[in-house]
Amino acid sequence: MDTMAAIRETFFQECEEQLGELEIGLVAMDEGDANSETVNAVFRAVHSIKGGAGAFKLDRLVRFAHTFETALDLIRSEQLAPSPAVMKTLLRSADVLADLVKAARVDEPIDESRTESLIEELKGLASDARAEAGHDNAKDEAEPFDFQPVMLSFDDEPEVVEPAAQRYTIAFAPRPDLYRKGNEALRLLRELARLGEITTACDTRSLPRLEDLDPQGAYLSWRIELSTTEDLPAIEELFEFVVDDCELEIVASQPGASSEAWQPSQLPGIDIEAQAPSAPLAARPVERRDNAAGEGRVHKDAAPAPAALTAQEGEKARSEHGKAEAAAPTIRVDLERVDRLINLVGELVINQAMLSQRVMEAGLARSSSVAAGLGALEQLTREIQEGVMAIRAQPVKPLFQRMSRIVRELTDATGKSVRLRTEGEATEVDRTVIERLADPLTHMIRNAVDHGVEAPAVREAAGKPSQGEVKLSAAHRSGRIVIEVSDDGAGIDRQRVRAIAVKKELIPADAQLSDADIDNLLFLPGFSTATSVSNISGRGVGMDVVKRSIQALGGRISISSRPGFGSTFSMSLPLTLAVLDGMVVKVADQTLVVPLTAIVETLRPKRSDVHALGVNARVISDRGGFAPLIDVGQELGYRKTPADPFGGVVLVVETEVSTRCALVVDAIHDQRQVVIKSLEANYRQVPGIAAATILGDGRVALILDIDTFVARTNRAAPASETLLAATG
Amino acid sequence: MTESKSAAAGSPCEFVAFRIGVQEFCIDIMSVREIRGWTPATALPHAPSYVRGVINLRGSVLPIVDLAERLGFPPTDATARQVIIVVQVGGQIIGLLVDAVSDILTQSTENIQPTPDVATDIVRSFVRGVLAIDGRMIGLVELDSLMSAQLENAA
Repeated sequence: MDTMAAIRETFFQECEEQLGELEIGLVAMDEGDANSETVNAVFRAVHSIKGGAGAFKLDRLVRFAHTFETALDLIRSEQLAPSPAVMKTLLRSADVLADLVKAARVDEPIDESRTESLIEELKGLASDARAEAGHDNAKDEAEPFDFQPVMLSFDDEPEVVEPAAQRYTIAFAPRPDLYRKGNEALRLLRELARLGEITTACDTRSLPRLEDLDPQGAYLSWRIELSTTEDLPAIEELFEFVVDDCELEIVASQPGASSEAWQPSQLPGIDIEAQAPSAPLAARPVERRDNAAGEGRVHKDAAPAPAALTAQEGEKARSEHGKAEAAAPTIRVDLERVDRLINLVGELVINQAMLSQRVMEAGLARSSSVAAGLGALEQLTREIQEGVMAIRAQPVKPLFQRMSRIVRELTDATGKSVRLRTEGEATEVDRTVIERLADPLTHMIRNAVDHGVEAPAVREAAGKPSQGEVKLSAAHRSGRIVIEVSDDGAGIDRQRVRAIAVKKELIPADAQLSDADIDNLLFLPGFSTATSVSNISGRGVGMDVVKRSIQALGGRISISSRPGFGSTFSMSLPLTLAVLDGMVVKVADQTLVVPLTAIVETLRPKRSDVHALGVNARVISDRGGFAPLIDVGQELGYRKTPADPFGGVVLVVETEVSTRCALVVDAIHDQRQVVIKSLEANYRQVPGIAAATILGDGRVALILDIDTFVARTNRAAPASETLLAATG
Repeated sequence: MTESKSAAAGSPCEFVAFRIGVQEFCIDIMSVREIRGWTPATALPHAPSYVRGVINLRGSVLPIVDLAERLGFPPTDATARQVIIVVQVGGQIIGLLVDAVSDILTQSTENIQPTPDVATDIVRSFVRGVLAIDGRMIGLVELDSLMSAQLENAA
């Protein structure tokens, strides 16, 4: 990746963060929490995106961000109240901004009409606000500043002013950083002079006494009257590279109106005594154009010693500001590096296991110092592994935020009123899990809004509040993350589900199904309950796709529903895709790993418990029920005839559809954490096998995928047969 | 090892030649990642018979294809004397089980002749052409079709 592309990539990564901040802020404002800190954070987010986009010449993005920023500025200056209608526009604008960022990133076309219509809406907001506050504003602007300006003359010939020239008043106060980065105020003023006719007034009041003067400080500021035919962006472009290092305000003034007000007075010479703390410029918040944008950086020297604040006061104000926004310092690391580290740690775990095995084989006593040292190594290895895994863990918050957008768009499209409530946003899970959860979660949220929550009229008739609620929650539960999507809608219409399943020949008409069985029919491929195929959900992808995506992540999904009270989809996912707790078993000379999460119990079968059923099938009585007995070796083709279950061990496993099965294996060897290695990377998916791992002896062992394995073999329960076969 | 000189015209290519039984075949050296000895593989369920299983190649899981069986010969009786040629096909890395690596050849692509008509369909679908070198005939194995056919057969 060349440098430019790398910088561009960084910009887009930062955009993602800014968009996140934006969303949080806007949602907070929407919920009525429009304090100035929130509004500022929102403004800064949009502003930073605009600034970065300008540097990369992403004009469309700049244009939209600018309009957006203008509207936000009105809210910030309290000229525009954040009413629900306004917030709706702003939230939609945030969505469009996210789209534009994405479009710019992958260089794809975007929906111009949507962007344009929102730009119009935003401009509408701005002009409304101006119309309201127009009178006051004019007064404010006309109020003369207490300046003692300095005249500057420039060698450049001013261009001939065209009749349509627009007047701009530019307040420009460089900070020391501006000079430090090799920029020069004079050059900028010369550039401005090129745009049109300018009158420049230099404000020297901040200039300290000579003995107090820091030669590297910045004490001068300028007020520039520019009359030009160029538009605002052209002027802003001049300041593009210094905008973060100065106080800059460009105001378009009415032609002729304010020019008298700003007529610079006679050059008074540099008045070193003048320290009168009355200038609005100095009174302006220091962080005004501070681009730290919530990163909590404290610029020790960012403030150009404003006259209104003593140095100590300024420092105090800044450090308080910094404290409020201070986040734990972070570094940006290439994901590949982390993955490489994780792979290496995986190797370390394998090697450590190998070493332990060799030591055991060498017949060293458990009490020997070697064994003790090895124990310590094992402990350390595990800690390193956990630490490395934690690097990849991220909170689900950004994912949940994306869902609030989905809900917003859906409520607009369906005319339903739905509120998304999120819980446990700080719950952390592996980044890959988050990434691969986005699609299934989107689908489920869509389902919840589209099929779950009823239309407002229906809700009111049922005595519920007209606004529906979709709840999205995340929590850690026994080493897994559980994500739930629930709605307070009508629940699953079981009769209809059943009728559809029969009609589509997914189940026989006389099938005996429990409520849970019927609910699970939703996961069958090609099943869609929507009467009409809406463009929101039901585009051929159904819950079966969701289920498969979740399964591919090593997760399970279950559904529960109460008619009239809504449905809950619950997903249980592993925290990481890299390791798994498994039971190492021996089957026909092959070593297999069975995920521990699936195992309910292990037992040595008694003859009285095993019953033959039909020609080949056998069942084992298990806690009052009967579980089909499956010979793992035979099913996987490792042996032709089933082994004698009484010579082996039976693992009672539970699939995610709550079917119990008894797997016959030859022996249990070990119970350990194994590093998951993909089979698909170099081969392809193997039915019944989730992945592979490498054991202590360096050989590959296969990890059983209980659900697909049982699905392939289950022939005992006719009711759930179709159901299970379909998932395999 | 004998090194055959490339012809004047055409782009010279290097090939790794190997034996399956008494017959010689070769593959483009650019797809060869490494050559290693046979280690027992873990059998894969529901796999075509020519997939001998998977082995651990420094932390990744590598499927082993018995090339003899794939080309329609009797299955290789794998011992420590057999070798695995680790090749990259598309984005995947697989191991080819062969009897022995015999030569590194430098040949112009022009010297590749079409596969004679007498060969069986299965051989013809995996052998892109033949090279005649010092009176030997060496079949050029087409790795891409080998793997895509594998997927088709398995489906």
